[in-house]
Amino acid sequence: MSVLVVVECADGEVKKSSLEVASYGAQVAAQLGTTATAIAVGEANEANLAKLGEQGITKVLYDAEPRLKDFVNNAYTKLIATAAEQEQAKIIVLANSNIGAAVGSRLSVRLKASLATNVVELPKTDNGQFLVRRGAFSGKAFSDVVLSGDRKIIAVKKNSTEARHDAGKTAEVTGFSAQLSDADFADAPTQVVMQDQAGGILLPEAERVVSGGRGMKGPENWGLIEDLAKALGAATACSKPVSDVDWRPHHEHVGQTGITISPNLYIACGISGAIQHLAGVNSSKVIVVINKDPEAPFFKAADYGIVGDVFDVLPKLTAAVKELN
Amino acid sequence: MKFLVCISNVPDTTTKIAFTPDNKEFNKAGVQFVINPWDEYALTRAIELKEAAGSGTVTVLNVGEADTEPNIRKALAIGADDAIRVNAVPQDAYFVAEQIAAIAKDGAYDVILMGKESIDYNGFQVHGMVGEMLGIPTVAPAMKLDMSGNTATLEREIEGGKEIVTVNTPFVASCQQPMCEPRIPNMRGIMTARTKPLKVVPAVGEPARTTVAEFALPPKKQGVKLIPAETAGDLIKLLRNEAKVI
Repeated sequence: MSVLVVVECADGEVKKSSLEVASYGAQVAAQLGTTATAIAVGEANEANLAKLGEQGITKVLYDAEPRLKDFVNNAYTKLIATAAEQEQAKIIVLANSNIGAAVGSRLSVRLKASLATNVVELPKTDNGQFLVRRGAFSGKAFSDVVLSGDRKIIAVKKNSTEARHDAGKTAEVTGFSAQLSDADFADAPTQVVMQDQAGGILLPEAERVVSGGRGMKGPENWGLIEDLAKALGAATACSKPVSDVDWRPHHEHVGQTGITISPNLYIACGISGAIQHLAGVNSSKVIVVINKDPEAPFFKAADYGIVGDVFDVLPKLTAAVKELN
Repeated sequence: MKFLVCISNVPDTTTKIAFTPDNKEFNKAGVQFVINPWDEYALTRAIELKEAAGSGTVTVLNVGEADTEPNIRKALAIGADDAIRVNAVPQDAYFVAEQIAAIAKDGAYDVILMGKESIDYNGFQVHGMVGEMLGIPTVAPAMKLDMSGNTATLEREIEGGKEIVTVNTPFVASCQQPMCEPRIPNMRGIMTARTKPLKVVPAVGEPARTTVAEFALPPKKQGVKLIPAETAGDLIKLLRNEAKVI
């Protein structure tokens, strides 16, 4: 038996969330006294795959089939299922991403495995149980879930565990073929459209996030948010009312019915802190709130706060970051 | 076209989450339950597509005990034609998926829609499980859904962009914004919903594969450190030297 880790790649690079997943899988393998093998999906580069040794992976399987570059649910499911059978993997670890969740749920039925998504900590494997902690109630709580059965699939929440870097270690990259046929690519996308990302930082994977609410008064003022984000190397986000009125695109909406994120730093500008918004960000490590209303509920959930006008405070912060760099 | 829309019954988004003293169960006392907000996209879009086609049916499905019926009636008031309730506690995603797959197969539904995830369990699992159990494609999460005959064109959100996917019926899609503007019931809908059929059926399949041992709440913050607006730049020094996040 071994632990199989699903590693997502784009443009030859291993995604940051997949480095976290690789580390997580290697630590689970160590807990169980076995090794961790990775299977690469997406557009991979063998040199970067070998570097997964730094996260504790011993072997990487890579199918160079060109149609695997884009996400195809059936093909990815078959690829990973085939790798799991070959490696006799009892535990499969993947990212709790749109790809990971789509594939993980199909795999759980195909491989008769129990599945936990949104997992935030390493499993507890003492007293014969396999227990994982996962986020529930949209970030308002956690649930400790017992996974039964012989096989288990774990989807790890982004930014919830840190990727290890054991410099210099390399993994063996091995060619692998799941004998995929045209039928496996029947649900392939006809077109893939990527957004323009501010500074190329994806919000779900970002370590730092600068977010704006209705207090920003209009989309024309978002330059202030973007300037600070750029200086900090942060992604930009917004509250629900802001995306509802189309000041910002919906994929920037963080909150209970948007995305939940857990960056190291979350700076909320002109956001009052409704319970639905807090649910989306309260697992951030450090929360900064800037609001002119000292009674804004968000201050109760913050680590640092500035009671002041965002239009006055934001330029000062951006200048201070530039000075520091 | 036969649409099957799966809805779950969840605590209202403003709910302050609390558990029973042993942390084994969610404390329902005083909690208002609503149709899962993500499922509202699925429901409204199915009704819109049925209306646009001028024919078809929308059946709403819930796995739950009798206390979910007010929200099933609400879905009927919004415009679903009939409803099925699988009379069981929704134990885990696998168990729920088994119920949906059995009903979808029995009723030969063409399009099976649901929300991206439920806002209480946050599994984001059921769509893929149902698709796999039925051996049909799943598109998740879908931001757009259009139908032309038996062919659907969907926009699927991926990290950093979207994919355009074309599938033939039958298929499963899990829905999210900006698919449509979720509808609210009007008076006529509320009146007619009372007489629309709601069938109650027993659960089928194998037991759940996962069980919740305990719930926990996130740790409380230590309290906010305030920095005067005049010297806002000091915050950046604190973030570097004290919090060590930049």
